[in-house]
Amino acid sequence: MIAAPLGSSLPAAGRISDRLRKRASRHVPERIIEFLLFAAALGSVFTTAAIVYVLVKESWVFFQAVPLAQFLFDTQWTPLFDDAHFAIMVLLSGTITSSAVALLVAIPLGAVIAIYLSEFAPFAVREVAKPFLELLAGVPSIVYGLLALGLFVYEFGLGQSILSAGLTLALLILPVVIVATREAIRGIPRIIREGAYACGATNWQTVRDHILPYSTPGILTGVIIGMARAIGETAPIITIGALTFIAFLPPAPFAGDPPAGPFDWLFAPFTVMPIQMFNWTSRPEAAFQANAAAAGFVLVLMTLAMNAAAIWLRYRLRRDIKW
Amino acid sequence: MIEVTTNRSGGAAPEAAPQAKAEVSNLSFYYGDFRALKDVGMPVYDKKVTALIGPSGCGKSTLLRCFNRMHDLYPGNRYEGRITLHPDDTNLLAAGVDPIEVRMRISMVFQKPNPFPKSIYENVAYGLRVRGVRGRVALDERVEQALRGAFLWDEVKDRLHEMGANLSDGQQQRLCIARALATEPEIILFDEPTSALDPIATASIEELVTELKERVAILIITHNMQQAARVSETTAYMYLGELIEFGLTDEIFIKPRKKQTEDYITGRFG
Ligand SMILES: Nc1ncnc2c1ncn2[C@@H]1O[C@H](COP(=O)(O)OP(=O)(O)OP(=O)(O)O)[C@@H](O)[C@H]1O
Ligand SMILES: [Mg+2]
Repeated sequence: MIAAPLGSSLPAAGRISDRLRKRASRHVPERIIEFLLFAAALGSVFTTAAIVYVLVKESWVFFQAVPLAQFLFDTQWTPLFDDAHFAIMVLLSGTITSSAVALLVAIPLGAVIAIYLSEFAPFAVREVAKPFLELLAGVPSIVYGLLALGLFVYEFGLGQSILSAGLTLALLILPVVIVATREAIRGIPRIIREGAYACGATNWQTVRDHILPYSTPGILTGVIIGMARAIGETAPIITIGALTFIAFLPPAPFAGDPPAGPFDWLFAPFTVMPIQMFNWTSRPEAAFQANAAAAGFVLVLMTLAMNAAAIWLRYRLRRDIKW
Repeated sequence: MIEVTTNRSGGAAPEAAPQAKAEVSNLSFYYGDFRALKDVGMPVYDKKVTALIGPSGCGKSTLLRCFNRMHDLYPGNRYEGRITLHPDDTNLLAAGVDPIEVRMRISMVFQKPNPFPKSIYENVAYGLRVRGVRGRVALDERVEQALRGAFLWDEVKDRLHEMGANLSDGQQQRLCIARALATEPEIILFDEPTSALDPIATASIEELVTELKERVAILIITHNMQQAARVSETTAYMYLGELIEFGLTDEIFIKPRKKQTEDYITGRFG
C-alpha cells in the first residue's frame, strides 16, 4: 500500500523531455537520490509481495484440508474436535461486531468533538485542546486497553463483552476520527466558509449546510483507514479479556433461538482475529500455523478492501465538491 | 470628516441631494495590535456606487469587511468607532448588535467567485433558506428574480440543478451576485469583483453594478482606475489605513485635492 504513491509517481519521470533527462543525468548526487528513492519504492513493493506470498503459501496447506464453502458458510470453529469445523465467520464475527460498535460510537462522537473544537469552542479552548489531541493520537494502544478495562468492564459493568471491545476500539480510533474531521474541515476554503457567513448563516447553519457535508468524504476516509488499523489491534482487546478460543457465533441475531433478545450479542464473550492468530502461532502443531495463515490472509484481505473502499468513497463523494 | 460637494457641474436639472445609507465615523480597526484602519470617516450614499481605491495593503478590504462584521469570525480583531446604518441609525459595530443581523441587511461579493459546491438553485436560495423562507413557490420566484437581476437567468434557466462550479468564471461571479441579491440587501459590498475575470466578463459585471445601484447602495473595491471612473459616483482614496480623500468621482479623477491622490490615480505610484 505504501508503495502506491511513490510507485505511481515514478513513471512520471519518463515524461521529462530527453534533453532535460540528459542534463539531469550529469548530476551524480541526483542520480544517487533517484536510485535510493527507487530502491525504497521497490523495497515496499517487495515487502508487500513477500507478505502476500507467505500468507498464500501457508494458507494453501489450510485450504487443501478445508473446503472453501465450509470456511465461508459454516457456523462452528472446532479445530480440536474429532468432527472438526472451520468457519471463518466465528472468528470474524467478533471483529465485525466490535468494529460496528466502534464505528457507531466513534464517528458521531469524534465528528461532534472536532466540529465543536473548530467551529464553536472559544478560541482559547481550541488552542488548549490541540496538543491534547495530538497526544491522544500517540498514546500506545495498550494504555487504551487499561483505561477500557477499568472503565467499561468494571466501572460500567459491561463485562468482557463485544460491547466493551467495541467501546475500546472506539476509544482507540476516536483521535483518528477527530484529526481526520479536523483536517477535512481545514480543507474547506476560507472563502467558502466566509461566503456562508456573509449570507447571514449562523454558526450552526454553516456547520449543518456547509462544513459537515463538505467534510464528509474526508471524515469517512479517515474513519475507514483508522478502522482498518483498529481491526488488527491485539493488545487493548487482550487487556479487556478477550477469549483466546471461541467455537460458536455470538447469539441473536447471528445465532441462537428466536426468543433471544436482539441485542444479546453485545454482551457475549468474544475474540478477534489477531488474538486467535497469536494463540495459534504459539502452539507447536503445524496445523495451527496454517490456521493462523488462513486467518491472516482474511485479515489482510479485509484491510485491503477497507483501503479500497476509502479510496472509492473519496473519489465518489469528492466528485461533487469542487471549489 | 471630509466634506463632499454634491452639486454636479453641468447638470441641467439639479439632482436631489444624495441620501446617506450609512455613515462611517472615527473608525479604527485592529488586527491584534496592528492598527489597520485609522480614524476613517465617510458616508455611503443610497442608490449610488462608492468606489474604494488605493495601493495594495492600504486597508480597503479591511474597511469593507467591517460593514458586514466579517472580522468577527477571527480572534483578536477589534473595532473602534461607528458605522451608522440609516434610516434606523443602528451602529453596525456595536457590541450589542448581532453580526448575523448585520449580514442579513448587507450582502457581500468576494474577489474570487465562491459559489458553494451545491446546485445553482441552492446557491441563490441559500440566503433565503437561512432567513427561514420555506415553500417551493416563494423560493422559485425569488431565485428567478435574483438570477434575472444578475443577468444570469437566460443562461441557466434550464440547468438550475447543475452544480454552480460548472459555470464559467464570469457566470460564477454573477451567480454570487444573484446570491447576494436574493435577500434584498440594503448595501452590497464588492471586494474587487472582477479581478479574476476576463474583459468581457468584467464588462458585464460593471454593467450589472450600474443596474443594481438603482435599488441599493454599493461599495466596491477596485484596482482598476477606469473601472472606478466608469461605475462610481463617489470615490474614497485610502493610503496606509487612512482615508486620504473622499469626494465625487468626477472631481477626484479630474481635479483631486491632494497631490497624493493625483499621483496614485495617474499611476505615478501604487
Ligand atoms: N488577518 C490579518 N491579520 C493581520 N494583518 C492583516 C490581516 N489582514 C490584513 N492585514 C493587514 O492589514 C493591512 C490592510 O490589509 P487589506 O487586506 O485591508 O488591504 P487591501 O487594501 O485590501 O489590499 P489589496 O488591494 O491587496 O487587497 C495590510 O497591511 C495587511 O497586511
Ligand atoms: Mg483587498
